[in-house]
Amino acid sequence: MPPIATNAGNGRDVAPAVAAHGVCRRYGRRWALVDVSFQLPAGRALMVAGRNGSGKSTLLRVLATAIRPDHGTAHVLGLDVRQDRDGVRRLCSLLAHDSQHYEALTALDNLRIAARLLGRDASREALRAALAAVDLAERADDVVASFSAGMRKRLSLARTLLKDAAVVLLDEPYAALDPPGFRLVDGLLEGLRTRGRTVLMSTHLIEHGRALCDDVVVLDAGRVTLECRAQDLPTAFVDRVPDRHHV
Amino acid sequence: MYNMHAFWVALSKDVLIQWRTRAQIVAIFLFGATSLLLFSFAIGPNASALRQHAAGFLWLALMLSSTLTLAESFQSEMEQRAFEGLLLLPTPAAALYYGKAVANWLQLTLLGIALVPVMVVLYDAGTMQVLGVIGVVAVGAAGLSAPGTLYAAMTSQARAKQTLLPLLLFPLLVPVLLAAVKATSLLILGDPMGQLGSWVALLLIFDLVHWTLGGLLFERVVED
Repeated sequence: MPPIATNAGNGRDVAPAVAAHGVCRRYGRRWALVDVSFQLPAGRALMVAGRNGSGKSTLLRVLATAIRPDHGTAHVLGLDVRQDRDGVRRLCSLLAHDSQHYEALTALDNLRIAARLLGRDASREALRAALAAVDLAERADDVVASFSAGMRKRLSLARTLLKDAAVVLLDEPYAALDPPGFRLVDGLLEGLRTRGRTVLMSTHLIEHGRALCDDVVVLDAGRVTLECRAQDLPTAFVDRVPDRHHV
Repeated sequence: MYNMHAFWVALSKDVLIQWRTRAQIVAIFLFGATSLLLFSFAIGPNASALRQHAAGFLWLALMLSSTLTLAESFQSEMEQRAFEGLLLLPTPAAALYYGKAVANWLQLTLLGIALVPVMVVLYDAGTMQVLGVIGVVAVGAAGLSAPGTLYAAMTSQARAKQTLLPLLLFPLLVPVLLAAVKATSLLILGDPMGQLGSWVALLLIFDLVHWTLGGLLFERVVED
């Protein structure tokens, strides 16, 4: 399947911040991604939609270098995800489905480890401010094992903000969050857009994603079945996968 | 320079996790002490035989306990893909390996030192060379933790990890077991032929090889 540039009509000369060409990935005998190709210019936001098991998370994990593609190539800001893993990892951050935190440690401990490894301010005040930004300051000294799924997601968001990468990959950022959490993610997305970050977001909230993103890629059984601008997403598709979560 | 910084962060993280889950460390010590007690029943009330085999049973108890310690050290990493989170920051895999291997070494050394008084009481194996025994425990524990950390990472995602880890690790640890038992025995029973240095040297060579190999191979083990 030929790659369709999502920057059509919006500055064709701009080098893509994220580009995938013929990416395939399998788990055992099951193919999770089949010949996935797309391009996303810098500073734009792409919604990756699709049913459960369609390959959304796998695609984001390939781009984040958490897993390698079996075939095909992908580049993040010109760096190959196979050849230059460390370079890609420095330039992008992944808000993963799993919280990626240590259950036995407190929220503050977890954030401190990330801050120290990223070379950010790891003082208690700075970390409490980061937790306050996701409404977790009051639970800063509680162990993550006592957190609900939504609170874990907020902690993951705090770490994503801490890294402040050029390319941000959000895997179902609204999952497990309450309405204030939805607004938090909306605010995060707006902030990222304002700062010119490139965003890829997988979500089941089609109407919500369409309002926040520029472009859409729809996956089905690991294949790209639709690629278009968000505003051009067929109404029939939105109706078929209704957005039940109105904020 | 960054690798050294990352190593310190990884080490402090692992030590902090060990401290926060210290109830498990107590349980592992009790497991080791119980093993020593059961081994002493196998020998019977023969004081001379007990003293003769004390070092062997100390190291067997420590080796059995080490599989629990090593497997546990990767349990917290895999629960919520926390380890993957660190790799993606990015953090050098070698720094994460050495941080965890040193934390495991500290825990195993403390466990070994805590088991020595149990051995002395149960096996009537007192010695005046306490510092020497502690030194051999430290060098022997380094021989357990370096390959143990690597193999614990390899088996951490396997279904039968509790079985796989000892199955893969124990054959590799035979030289450590031999050298550590002989060195500890010589300290307890006396060393008229001056063999202690050779056995400790063998332990140190094993440590050097496996601490080097572990750092080189770890990235291949943990990366997809």
